[in-house]
Amino acid sequence: MSVKGTVFKYGNDVDTDVIIPARHLTSADPKHLAQHCMEDIDTSFVKNVKEGDIMVAGSNFGCGSSREHAPVAIKASGISLVIADSFARIFYRNAINVGLPILECPEAAAAINAGDEVEADFDIGVIRDITTGQSFTAKPFPEFIKKIIDAGGLVQYTKSKTEA
Amino acid sequence: MGMTMTQKILADHAGLSEVHAGDLIEARLDKVLGNDVTTPPAIRIFEQMGASQVFDKDKVIMVPDHFTPNKDIKSAELSQCMRCFAKDHSITNYYELGRKEMGIEHVIIPDNGLILPGDAIIGADSHTCTYGALGAFATGVGSTDLACAMASGSTWFRVPEAIKVVLTGKPGKYVTGKDIILHLIGMIGVDGALYKSLEFIGDAVKELSIDQRLTISNMAIECGGKNGIFPVDEITLAYIANTNPERYSNNEYKAYTADDDAEYESVIEIDLSKVPLTVALPHLPSNTKPASEVKDMKIDQVVIGSCTNGREEDIKIAAELFKGRKVADGVRCIVIPGSQRVYRKALDEGWLAVFDDAGCVISTPTCGPCLGGHMGILAEGERCVSTTNRNFVGRMGHVKSEVILSGVPVAVASAIKGFVATPEEV
Repeated sequence: MSVKGTVFKYGNDVDTDVIIPARHLTSADPKHLAQHCMEDIDTSFVKNVKEGDIMVAGSNFGCGSSREHAPVAIKASGISLVIADSFARIFYRNAINVGLPILECPEAAAAINAGDEVEADFDIGVIRDITTGQSFTAKPFPEFIKKIIDAGGLVQYTKSKTEA
Repeated sequence: MGMTMTQKILADHAGLSEVHAGDLIEARLDKVLGNDVTTPPAIRIFEQMGASQVFDKDKVIMVPDHFTPNKDIKSAELSQCMRCFAKDHSITNYYELGRKEMGIEHVIIPDNGLILPGDAIIGADSHTCTYGALGAFATGVGSTDLACAMASGSTWFRVPEAIKVVLTGKPGKYVTGKDIILHLIGMIGVDGALYKSLEFIGDAVKELSIDQRLTISNMAIECGGKNGIFPVDEITLAYIANTNPERYSNNEYKAYTADDDAEYESVIEIDLSKVPLTVALPHLPSNTKPASEVKDMKIDQVVIGSCTNGREEDIKIAAELFKGRKVADGVRCIVIPGSQRVYRKALDEGWLAVFDDAGCVISTPTCGPCLGGHMGILAEGERCVSTTNRNFVGRMGHVKSEVILSGVPVAVASAIKGFVATPEEV
């Protein structure tokens, strides 16, 4: 599957408290969460993000709290893909589980600029920065993770197992 | 190649004779847990999955502790959702506010004897790694993982690489587990143990009480760690014998030790006698500095409590330091015993009277201010010294507020002085 959009760029150690502050966690409604996504570090994000846009960040993206509300908020805001140098482990699991596409690619995370037009095919892990003409290849997912993604997320995967 | 302690626990729970770092395994779980923020979404997913019952009503733990006592209607609905599910599914270890065994999840779950050495546990709360202090494998997950584990009693793991942390020497006066873990996070950074196990070992482990070890394991996540685990020794077994005498005497626990030839990605040595009273300045837990080097940093609030530092030993230390002293003008000091048991102990021992005389707010157990939920939110420009675990932007309130992390002695000294201070200064 491929996506194309404009890049919102952030630094290292973007934590789940800034992705979605705890004061908004009294509801898990994706639309509500999306209205407050990133507001503590980027008040313009919610105003400017369009369906299909791409988030690019540095290392340890999604560190901190285990709140699954964080990838849900990003996905519901319209972001089609997050590219980072590295992801914090709970966020990584949560993103796969809620169906937010992510790609780990230090080269792309370093080279892509805010506002660039980027397209990516996350089946094969190829990222292309249309603005600069550069191409990158992300780390492939382990087979087991691919199985979860192919099943449509962990819920479907678990369902197929418990029914078997 | 031998296995680390973590790898051995995971191998046994996956029914395998050995595992290697990088393997993806399916592991059986001894406990799965969630709180009032993470469990309601898990319940929704559980029901959408068409699951009709939990895998074992004795092994699912539910603790309303984040936005409790409920701060508004929406948070009351979250608690209500969890309470109803617990009742419908006869969840044995659902805890209600005010009851004797109740409190902050990572304070009460070990104290109530629910964790044994050798267990494998996941919790929809990042600080689930706390239980590594008892020689168990424990790690945080999200709500979907919780939902699936509630149904199946198992989950998948990528077997982690490990960092060996060798502790030597005796900690100095007032130096606690909090200083040790902040010191380590300062050394390796907030992603220094990303996806990895921290395995604590060394002669100095015996210098650390269970409460201190729980504080250290609690913050393994703050350097990206999957888990932070301690070996099982006489101190651990005495704690287990006290908290769960029945399962202790039935030998239901298993003390794992790492193989001599276990592979570690790196080895870090920490001489505890050289660890200073440590603070983490805004806005990362890795932004550490010796407390004595922080000068003229005025504060507005102090929070003493949380799953990191709300245990009996923490509250006792706070009372000893506060005795006969007052909170400085212009400072609010909020003391939150981590459980009803700790609260009652503080009442019986006269510690609550000490806090009251000093001019502290005394709160019922709650995560409250730690995550900016309630019970101590900061306004723009305010600064707080806190014994909690995170000082991210906006964590305790306004995006232009600041949190400085510390152990209990520095927090109390700071409350008394009105600026970041050490106990030597009071």
